[in-house]
Amino acid sequence: MGLYFKFFSMHLKSQMEYKTSFFFTIVGQFTVSFTSLLGVWFLFELFHEVEGFTFPQVLLCFATVLMSFSLAECFGRAFDQFPRMLANGEFDRVLVRPQGVIRQVLMAKIDFTRLGRLTQAVLVFGYALPRSGVLWTWDKVCTLVLMVVCGSLVFFCLFLIYAAISFFTLEGLEFMNILTDGGREFGRYPFSIYGEGILKFLTYVVPLALFQYYPLLYLVGREASLRYMLAPLGGLVFAVPAYALWRLGLRNYVSTGS
Amino acid sequence: MIRVQSLNKTFRVAQRQAGLAEAVKALFSREYSTIQALKDVSFSIQEGEMVGYIGPNGAGKSTTIKIMCGILHPDSGTCEINGRIPWRDRKNHVATIGVVFGQRSQLWWDVPVIDSFKLLKDIYGVGEQVYRRNLDELVELLGISELLVKPTRSLSLGQRMRCELAASLLHQPRILFLDEPTIGLDAVSKIAVRQFMKKLNQERGTTVILTTHDMQDIEVLAERIILIGRGQILLDGSLSELKRRSTALKTITMEYRGDVPRLGPGMKLVDSREGRLVLELDPAMCSASEAISALAAQVEVLDLSISGVSAEEMVASLYQEYKI
Amino acid sequence: MMKYLALFRIRFSNSLQYRAAAAAGMVTQFAWGFMEIFAFRAFYRANPSAFPMEFSQVASYIWIQQAFLAIFMVWFYENEIFEAISNGAIAYELVRPMDLYNRWFAQSVANRMARAILRSLPILLVACLVPPPLRISLPASGLQFALFSLSFFLSLGVVVAYTMIVYVITFFTLSPVGIRIIAAMLADFLAGAILPLPFFPDRARAVAELLPFAAMQNMPLRIYTGHISGVEALGGIGLQVFWFMVLLLLGRLMMKRALQKVVVQGG
Repeated sequence: MGLYFKFFSMHLKSQMEYKTSFFFTIVGQFTVSFTSLLGVWFLFELFHEVEGFTFPQVLLCFATVLMSFSLAECFGRAFDQFPRMLANGEFDRVLVRPQGVIRQVLMAKIDFTRLGRLTQAVLVFGYALPRSGVLWTWDKVCTLVLMVVCGSLVFFCLFLIYAAISFFTLEGLEFMNILTDGGREFGRYPFSIYGEGILKFLTYVVPLALFQYYPLLYLVGREASLRYMLAPLGGLVFAVPAYALWRLGLRNYVSTGS
Repeated sequence: MIRVQSLNKTFRVAQRQAGLAEAVKALFSREYSTIQALKDVSFSIQEGEMVGYIGPNGAGKSTTIKIMCGILHPDSGTCEINGRIPWRDRKNHVATIGVVFGQRSQLWWDVPVIDSFKLLKDIYGVGEQVYRRNLDELVELLGISELLVKPTRSLSLGQRMRCELAASLLHQPRILFLDEPTIGLDAVSKIAVRQFMKKLNQERGTTVILTTHDMQDIEVLAERIILIGRGQILLDGSLSELKRRSTALKTITMEYRGDVPRLGPGMKLVDSREGRLVLELDPAMCSASEAISALAAQVEVLDLSISGVSAEEMVASLYQEYKI
Repeated sequence: MMKYLALFRIRFSNSLQYRAAAAAGMVTQFAWGFMEIFAFRAFYRANPSAFPMEFSQVASYIWIQQAFLAIFMVWFYENEIFEAISNGAIAYELVRPMDLYNRWFAQSVANRMARAILRSLPILLVACLVPPPLRISLPASGLQFALFSLSFFLSLGVVVAYTMIVYVITFFTLSPVGIRIIAAMLADFLAGAILPLPFFPDRARAVAELLPFAAMQNMPLRIYTGHISGVEALGGIGLQVFWFMVLLLLGRLMMKRALQKVVVQGG
């Protein structure tokens, strides 16, 4: 962990060398999510609720997903940009150092400009928490924390899968965007609104709904069972196939050196 | 302590043709060709040796280096370094080697060099005392004490390379791999880098393996040369052996008094004016000393010079000979 | 003209090289389109009477948008141009016997078309095959389709003319990435990329319709779906022509000033 913090401060130092650029990128990141927030707001001006969820309740969803995503992106940025790392030989450098591979890639990039999104998530939480009609007892607070933490891990696993695939091919990686960027964009509404099939897919295949829709039901009091509260933990199982794929990709890289 | 035995490695490469029609065709089917990057490559290197690994682009140099660094598996064959198989025991192996990729930096671009060093100390888990001692020594040898506080981006290429070298040696590796360490450097920096490597090899006994296109590097540094072409080792020996094997011609320029001398076998006249003679000598047929004594027997030699064949020409002639 | 055609050919065959990227792009856009439509369906079910367009119109809007994403979206910048500006390669561009504005404009158009041609057909084909409420519908008449085509190309012009201004601003400021993102995101939002303008609250909509961004994807998409037709469509197209001219002139003017600056500073 000590090493990680050293990297952390190096990244911070590096990025502070370009303060203007840093600032503008943060604002830019903020804008990206702000336009989707505006979209949600405009729709609720017209419709007031969807599938029984009110505006502040949907915002809880929005902020959870946004915060999870930006945390995963901030710390797992190198996986998100892994093809570049492969192309410029930075990854070979990782392999000639006596530290764990994932650990090193993780440390290779920490992107603080993602704070733009994170800030927005915090602001939206600030607005939505008191208005959502949720009585914030300790179990609800825990649920929310679980949602964000497990959400970041699920998004991180998606980045890991993306990186693993780029060991095999650098072409056609775009489709992963449906799950990463798509997960963020479409996660602004509870995943149930997209229909039964999509919800099943996002429950059993790519468990985005596990930290979003199900615990949200618990938060707003539509479901009282602990299963709904602890659903985000189920998402952690996703780390198994993600890690397996990464190992497979790494093995392929070491044998083909592509 | 480095033992490489019958390494083989093939790559599959997608082929791309030019033109719109071909591009459309490639949408549906694509042709691949296999490239044999390494063909039965074997050599061994003893502790403390300094080896120049040379060959034209695409000959298999980086593939070999990558295998020795543990970045790449061979298809078949073995590679054992300090008793370890690099790709089996990656972490322990890489802790004992240093790697410099000439064209890529391992220093952080925007922070002072010393910060990068400190980070490397932690990555390699070097103890405080060892680090101090190493750092002081390297800083002095490389003359980089003023550079340490500057961010990498403000360094010249030569300054940066000196810092790169220090960075790769902070953990006192027993083997140093250098991939084109002098590429792009100005003459002064090249000399400094070479001197340093020589010293490192002599004083610390570090085994140095370098790939380069710069024959001056080879001439100054490498006692031993491994020449690779099209994935095969073509020659493994000393520079003088390389010279012997080389078919490159030497040029003799002579000023003399007397009649135009007769030329023996292996000598070819290039230019002859009154009292001055230029001829080409094929060292395979006639050595320089034989030629000189043959000439001196016929005329009074006033002045004579033999242009040393540069290593560059020799290698070029070897490339030609092996058609690589 | 020939040289612009050559430019287009190169870009097109270039984009063909990346077949897997094209396939993946199609799958992505296709899935994206579905998700968008599903989201609107949920809102439609929540309160059909509050829905400002017909549902089938929204479906068509989204399919055409996804099929021609590369035409409509501002954020498909030409990274080559940003790089040329920041690393000084622009000096080469200046010695070529081609007006720089025209060249970049043509390059952008060519790249966008090349990308779109390859991806649009399969997406449209599938959009025709999905079950009815989600299916894309054809324009009401041949005339409507003609108006759409006209508006389509004008919107491409407006988008590219707008990006040209962003490039030129990069000249002046060596603008950080952030500015590009902001410029693209605001434009795309106000052009109806996230939400069609009819879904905007009245006042926001009234303002948005007056801005040049409404001349981007908003216009052709709404003409295609029939949400705007007849005289209103003609008026809209007139507005597009107006904004296209304004942005074009502004971009050229700014480019001229920027180049003077480059020359003065010695590039």
